[in-house]
Amino acid sequence: MMLTIHREICGYCGACVSVCPEGALELIDAYLEVDEKCISCGICTKACPLGALEVDHEGRL
Amino acid sequence: MKDAYDILVIGGGPGGAMAARTAAEKGLSVCLVEKRPAIGAPVRCAEGIGKELLQEFISPDPRWISAEIDSAKIIVPDGTSLQLDPQFAGNEVGYILDRKIFDRELVWKAAEAGSDVQVKTRAVAPILENGTVKGARLEFCGKVKDVTAPVTIAADGVESKFARWCGIDTTIPIRELATCAQYLLTDIDIEPHTTVFFLGNTIAPEGYIWVFPKGERSANVGIGISPRCCGPGRRPKDYLDRFVADHFPRGKPIECIVGGVPVCKPLQTTVADGLMVVGDAARVSDPLTGGGIYNTMFTGKLAAEVAASCIAQGDCGCEALSVYDKEWRKSKMGKAIERNYKIKEFFITLSDEKLNALVKSISHINLKEFSTFTLVRELITRNPKLLLELKALKDSIS
Ligand SMILES: Cc1cc2nc3c(=O)[nH]c(=O)nc-3n(C[C@H](O)[C@H](O)[C@H](O)COP(=O)(O)OP(=O)(O)OC[C@H]3O[C@@H](n4cnc5c(N)ncnc54)[C@H](O)[C@@H]3O)c2cc1C
Repeated sequence: MMLTIHREICGYCGACVSVCPEGALELIDAYLEVDEKCISCGICTKACPLGALEVDHEGRL
Repeated sequence: MKDAYDILVIGGGPGGAMAARTAAEKGLSVCLVEKRPAIGAPVRCAEGIGKELLQEFISPDPRWISAEIDSAKIIVPDGTSLQLDPQFAGNEVGYILDRKIFDRELVWKAAEAGSDVQVKTRAVAPILENGTVKGARLEFCGKVKDVTAPVTIAADGVESKFARWCGIDTTIPIRELATCAQYLLTDIDIEPHTTVFFLGNTIAPEGYIWVFPKGERSANVGIGISPRCCGPGRRPKDYLDRFVADHFPRGKPIECIVGGVPVCKPLQTTVADGLMVVGDAARVSDPLTGGGIYNTMFTGKLAAEVAASCIAQGDCGCEALSVYDKEWRKSKMGKAIERNYKIKEFFITLSDEKLNALVKSISHINLKEFSTFTLVRELITRNPKLLLELKALKDSIS
């Protein structure tokens, strides 16, 4: 998976879910899940109020 | 929980609760499901609402009112402040709620009216028959159950996954999400009946910082900004921490919350065959202020009313349900969203210098009515040049 969720930072607010163009993120109460629909576009990393999401761009090569 | 209801409501926020309550009061069988283990927590809100707006739905109760508000202040980068006092001095114009209790009260009222309520129960997929929504697959404590209903109301908040699963694009354009962080700070010096808004591109780019009193010496101190301006070291929490260090260095946070508010246009359609979308899920929060409590309650109630008459007539297709979509768009709320969207688009272009100049032009005004509308009208009256800059702004308030 190229999207890294820093769970120690995540505030499980769902902001990222709302901007994901692929519907790849799902919040299960306090647990954020990312599925295979993720295209590592990085949009969610900008939406996160805490900076809990990171896209590993090297993984794209 | 039964296998079938008249109405299935997804989400236990104020939108879902109002829908469930209204439907139950109309004698329909209703089930409300909430994926979190507790209604109302964690809070994702600054908890402010206009007094009259709230009273449209429920009589105020001290058990869930943290503070009464009688004035507001806007502070711009050079420190100039604009004090807004309602003309009828002494009239409280707003409340700061205690949403942990408020949200529970609303769900409790739905339950009391006869609705079933299930917490820790997540809708994981719609039940679709030939493109018509017929209910949802629910997951709770490791069990899976299909619950059918002629009408499903998606009140699943900012995430809005349910309508997406049904084929409605609910994605918020990234620049039109307000990304937010907030502390409940205690032991701070505040004006306990005044809400304060700090504007400026350095402290809160394309957004604002709010101080909403929660008592004599505590307040929700939060920020909402555009993700466009975010990056490492420039997240909402970073901006907020800097502000708090400057303004409330001795404040003690007893709660830290984050969240996202849609400040985009509402969904293009809020109905489909067997489906209605309300509240944040429908993106009907106010694009200028980010306020959504009233709008979500309004749409939740209206959706249930329309659903009830559609069920009575035996037609819950898109066309029949679209009465709801049309009604909210032409309501006062719908018009305000349209107008405030344009005003927001204008305000986010303003430089700090412009903001300073604008506020200087009206340092003290007495508004007849306490609203962004009257404020903007006043701003324009005193700054006719504004109109040249953006015709849309004029159109939006004329
Ligand atoms: C930081 C911040 C400050 C704000 N300040 C204000 C303010 O001062 N005044 C104001 O009016 N508004 C404010 N708002 C906006 C306001 O909080 C929202 O508009 C309001 O809560 C929307 O209500 P809702 O019922 O539509 O959604 P929510 O209150 O978000 O409720 C949706 C519920 O659905 C549940 N859910 C989601 N998916 C599923 C699923 N698949 N199955 C079951 N349940 C599900 C969620 O867990 C959630 O409990 C603020 C928002 C934020 C983030």
